[in-house]
Amino acid sequence: MASTEIARQAGEGARTVPLAGHVGFDSMPDQLVNKSVNQGFCFNVLCVGETGLGKSTLMDTLFNTKFEGEPTQHNQPGVTLKSNTYELQESNVRLKLTIVNTVGFGDQINKEDSYKSIVEFIDAQFEAYLQEELKIKRTLHSYHDTRIHACLYFIAPTGHSLKSLDLVTMKKLDSKVNIIPIIAKSDAISKSELAKFKIKITSELVSNGVQIYQFPTDDESVAEINSTMNSHLPFAVVGSTEEVKIGNKMVKARQYPWGTVQVENENHCDFVKLREMLIRVNMEDLREQTHTRHYELYRRCKLEEMGFKDTDPDSKPFSLQETYEAKRNEFMGELQKKEEEMRQMFVQRVKEKEAELKEAEKELHEKFDRLKKLHQDEKKKLEEKKKSLDDELNMFKQKKTAAELLQNQAQQAGVLFSSSCAFLTSVIS
Amino acid sequence: MFIFGPQQQMNLEGYVGFANLPNQVYRKSVKRGFEFTLMVVGESGLGKSTLINSLFLTDLYSPEYPGPSHRIKKTVQVEQSKVLIKEGGVQLLLTIVDTPGFGDEVDNSNCWQPVIDYIDSKFEDYLNAESRVNRRQMPDNRVQCCLYFIAPSGHGLKPLDIEFMKRLHEKVNIIPLIAKADTMTPEECQQFKKQIMKEIQEHKIRIYEFPETDDEEEMKMIRKIKDRLPLAVVGSNTIIEVNGKRVRGRQYPWGVAEVENAEHCDFNILRNMLIRTHMQDLKDVTNNVHYENYRSRKLAAVTYNGVDNNKNKGQLTKKKKMEQEMEQVFEMKVREKLQKLRDSEAELQRRHEQMKKNLEAQHKEIEEKRRQHEEEMASWEAQQRILEQQKLDASRTLEKNKKKKIF
Repeated sequence: MASTEIARQAGEGARTVPLAGHVGFDSMPDQLVNKSVNQGFCFNVLCVGETGLGKSTLMDTLFNTKFEGEPTQHNQPGVTLKSNTYELQESNVRLKLTIVNTVGFGDQINKEDSYKSIVEFIDAQFEAYLQEELKIKRTLHSYHDTRIHACLYFIAPTGHSLKSLDLVTMKKLDSKVNIIPIIAKSDAISKSELAKFKIKITSELVSNGVQIYQFPTDDESVAEINSTMNSHLPFAVVGSTEEVKIGNKMVKARQYPWGTVQVENENHCDFVKLREMLIRVNMEDLREQTHTRHYELYRRCKLEEMGFKDTDPDSKPFSLQETYEAKRNEFMGELQKKEEEMRQMFVQRVKEKEAELKEAEKELHEKFDRLKKLHQDEKKKLEEKKKSLDDELNMFKQKKTAAELLQNQAQQAGVLFSSSCAFLTSVIS
Repeated sequence: MFIFGPQQQMNLEGYVGFANLPNQVYRKSVKRGFEFTLMVVGESGLGKSTLINSLFLTDLYSPEYPGPSHRIKKTVQVEQSKVLIKEGGVQLLLTIVDTPGFGDEVDNSNCWQPVIDYIDSKFEDYLNAESRVNRRQMPDNRVQCCLYFIAPSGHGLKPLDIEFMKRLHEKVNIIPLIAKADTMTPEECQQFKKQIMKEIQEHKIRIYEFPETDDEEEMKMIRKIKDRLPLAVVGSNTIIEVNGKRVRGRQYPWGVAEVENAEHCDFNILRNMLIRTHMQDLKDVTNNVHYENYRSRKLAAVTYNGVDNNKNKGQLTKKKKMEQEMEQVFEMKVREKLQKLRDSEAELQRRHEQMKKNLEAQHKEIEEKRRQHEEEMASWEAQQRILEQQKLDASRTLEKNKKKKIF
């Protein structure tokens, strides 16, 4: 029997002793399996690919379920990641399946930042797990693991080569997630073109140093099938949730005037291979790789970024204390920085608002001055008017008095005259 | 931007294949192999080594590798021995930790301390390994089960037993066993067990508990086992022929006490429980409960003021509150100022209106006066004209008269 990891770890320190009968610890794998089945499993898939490559349909086909979703439009302003979690059960096995779709990938004119949201998302899940792991009171065994276990990368069936967006994105993702590239809507490619396409893709991936997921060949029970499948990568798939009658069975297929593409027919496409590899044979390995390789890499980088390193064995306890002390200081430092920022921002706002208010006040004063001036002008005009009226009145008065005087004089003269006339008349007569 | 949808239950419409996951797990676990660390504690001569040999059907302890009671120690030691055993394609790395010298002194105060230290040091090793930046394999040497041997006095627990269990029940899964059960009759055994369980409860000692399951059958079995706690065991290194069968047992003049006979002792129950059904659970409880307790206590102590997330949250909420308060004060002040401005503006407007009205009134007055004056003037002028006319007429008449008269 091949040596187990445990045996290798034990090394010299352990002696092998024969057993005189059946002890019963060969039930250990069963005990472990029972525990896992009771807990339930979880699996998270990320689908990356341009809009319209049949990502949702393929998921529906793979998991034999109608998941949610309206087909998305092409006019998304950026890449959004939509995550949905489903509880599935097959016989006694419960699976919490999370499907993350990249909406709007490749739709923008400038695709430079397309991969960024994806990387951020993957990192965010790692970070969430890391945070849980670093907590003082933690519940890892009941933690809902959201880390992406497999990334299905959908390649457009152009038949020529990978697009530069594909290369760039896969290069950014290959150290963070298990990438399984698949050729989408492969019923658009003929068999001969397909073979050439696969070779071209594989060579491009190799020459660009993109590490895609290799099905593991270290376990004899699955080594053979895995290595065969490795040579069929990338899988050319067709998805369909519609059923067509072939012979006397209803099968999932796409019906064309020239024939019917059967999804589960291995001569027509690699769907069955994908399902075998992804779900039936290597799901657990994908989860393990995510945890022991990709997550550890993320964790290591993150911790090194924060300035931690493994010191020599003597100071290990010290480094633990250091680790947490440092984390605490960092947190306090950040808190202080945030407080400072907030204060600065606040001071800034206050200044701005003050300036605004001063402006408003100034305007008000100016308005006030203007109105005052206006009022004064009006008043002046009024005064003038009054004055002219008074002048007129005075003139009139003078005129009147003068006229009256004249009148009086005339009257007096007239009286005198008429009296003198009267006298004369009387005298004469 | 990330969008998370709600969790939904879906039904499969056909074969998918993840029902094979358990097989994948099985396969991988066999490839990895298993490990288990078992600690045995008890005074000398209680048959600990014999029991281990019986449990694992092997000569773990042999003349070359003597059991703890044969190793003469001055003080309590904690020693481990590792053996690799294989069965049915499954490899198990078994570590047996024993404590020679435990309880053998006249003064046994603190004889549990080396045990506690050992368990803690294994936890610490694991914690350090887990906290490294570069984590490779993390060998797990944590003690996953402690078989505590109680001497078959028939009366009750000794003070040492109680002390030990009280100090260790929160660090390790304790399975108390009544050793050398073949020195008691079934009735005596029954009494003894009852007494022990009573004392265990009195002292609030938490021994290993079987986990609840949904399976009715399993639960029935578990309840049966619970009734027989603590398990009374007999071990033997010798094989005797009884009724044509070769069995492990102890030969007495009056008969053979068979190790694997359920009517003679609880050995089968112990073996089944420890190895065949609950080994994984013992490991899980150690990892999820005892280790986590150790870890959180250790980390909380190390960081006294705490990188405790709760505390952090406290700080954050405090900060948020402060922020909010400042905002509120600011808003209030701004509102006040704006109100004041608005009020002055309104006041200004009002005054301006008033002044305007005033001026208009004055204008009107003047207009009125002017109109009056013009009326007056007009009438006066009219009057004057009449007077003038009269005067003219009068002077003309006078002239006429004058002409007439003077002649």
